[in-house]
Amino acid sequence: MTTVVTTAYAVAATVTDPEMPMLTLEDLGVLRDVREDADGSVDVAITPTYSGCPAMATMRDDLVHRLRDAGYADVRVRVELSPAWSSDWITDRGRAALAEHGISPPGAAPIASGPVALNLLPTRRAVACPRCRSTAVELTSEFGPTACKALYRCTDCLEPFEHVKEI
Amino acid sequence: MNEFHQTPSHSAPDPSHEDGSVYDGLLGTDSSQWAFGTDFEDPLAGVDTTVPDGVDHRMLAAYCLALADDALVFSHRLSEWCSNAPDLEEDIALANIALDLLGQARLLLARAAAADPDVVPVLPEGSPVPAEDALAFFREADEFRNVRFVEVPNGDFAHTVARVLLFATARLAVLDRLTGSRDAVLAAVAAKGVKELTYHRDYAGRWFLTLARGTEESRRRLVAALDQLWPLYPEMLATHPVEAAAAEAGVGVDPATVAAETDVVLEQVLAMSGVDRPQRASLAGVDGRTGRDGLHTEALSRMLAEMQVVARAHPMGQW
Repeated sequence: MTTVVTTAYAVAATVTDPEMPMLTLEDLGVLRDVREDADGSVDVAITPTYSGCPAMATMRDDLVHRLRDAGYADVRVRVELSPAWSSDWITDRGRAALAEHGISPPGAAPIASGPVALNLLPTRRAVACPRCRSTAVELTSEFGPTACKALYRCTDCLEPFEHVKEI
Repeated sequence: MNEFHQTPSHSAPDPSHEDGSVYDGLLGTDSSQWAFGTDFEDPLAGVDTTVPDGVDHRMLAAYCLALADDALVFSHRLSEWCSNAPDLEEDIALANIALDLLGQARLLLARAAAADPDVVPVLPEGSPVPAEDALAFFREADEFRNVRFVEVPNGDFAHTVARVLLFATARLAVLDRLTGSRDAVLAAVAAKGVKELTYHRDYAGRWFLTLARGTEESRRRLVAALDQLWPLYPEMLATHPVEAAAAEAGVGVDPATVAAETDVVLEQVLAMSGVDRPQRASLAGVDGRTGRDGLHTEALSRMLAEMQVVARAHPMGQW
């Protein structure tokens, strides 16, 4: 009989985002580090997507619960603020999962160089409707039901959908 | 002075206790049953909050409070739009902006408390209220260090558009510089804030343009709002001794040093909108004291009364 050794990282990587449960914290790029110490304790680092992300406490609780269930009694979850989360950290698997669930994945994040430019025109993005694939879409609002999403509408199939913003 | 209840409201959940309630059993058990848990979470959990070498920890805390209070007070004003905005999209947008600013405020209040625990109001022994909440809910108006610009009551939607534009433009410029702070926590908070404020500034800039070039009525309201806010605006870009000291120590930014670039951005919006710069003198301080010194308008006391009432009624409360 073989024993499957499950590492703490593998366990932590199964925890999903409370608001986008099709994404694991790993796929979202929020899970930054998982360290197992010699004494069996586990140190997990997560980073908020936005400063006011209200899901941080739930992420922490879910990580602690999942790791405890896997036999890790001593689990600490710490916040890592730097470098700041970027939507570029969402994995390819995460992007596929978002699209599959009707949420448009983000494009490339803007590259910071010099003073931040003012943009008075609606943000141009290469966005396709996650339902009918049409690129005839319009921005409804840069702010959506969670801090990380914008609202769009497909002008072909007329369905509204969410788009994860580039930051 | 604030009188605290010495009897814990919820600290010993026991449904069978005569003072207990049927809901007490829900507390202190498995927090995973709640969407956001029942206990407090430290936004700086595990973050190294060591004060950089040679930096006065009291000055650093005072500087963090100023940055935090601007965000906290304006966040509260913006959140007053919840369910009151002209349409659902703007309601959601303003709530999102408020949430971003609240997040910045939490981190900055926690950073202030970690730098100098003496700034945190003392609560009754055993109170579970974390430092950031003690600072937000248990300080009097004259202990707040925000500029008066953020505390005046909301007007119409045009007033909020103009206020978000001016606020986000100035704060974005300050935080953009603050990313180079010698204090690693401030630098990280600033780097995150820049990304958020970029969205806020663009949002307000677009609405400013839309209202200015919209109907006669939308333009009239916008121009009136800008005129009303203008006397309060210079305070945001004036140098306060705490900001000068923070800049000198390499941990903060003197807002006067970003006034020119802030003005360039503002000029872009005004020019495209065809709106003239108001000719209004800045609101004077009292004996040279302004918002950063704890000198506020009456509006802040009223706002805090509403914002703080629940927390102050339950200094021992668990949520």
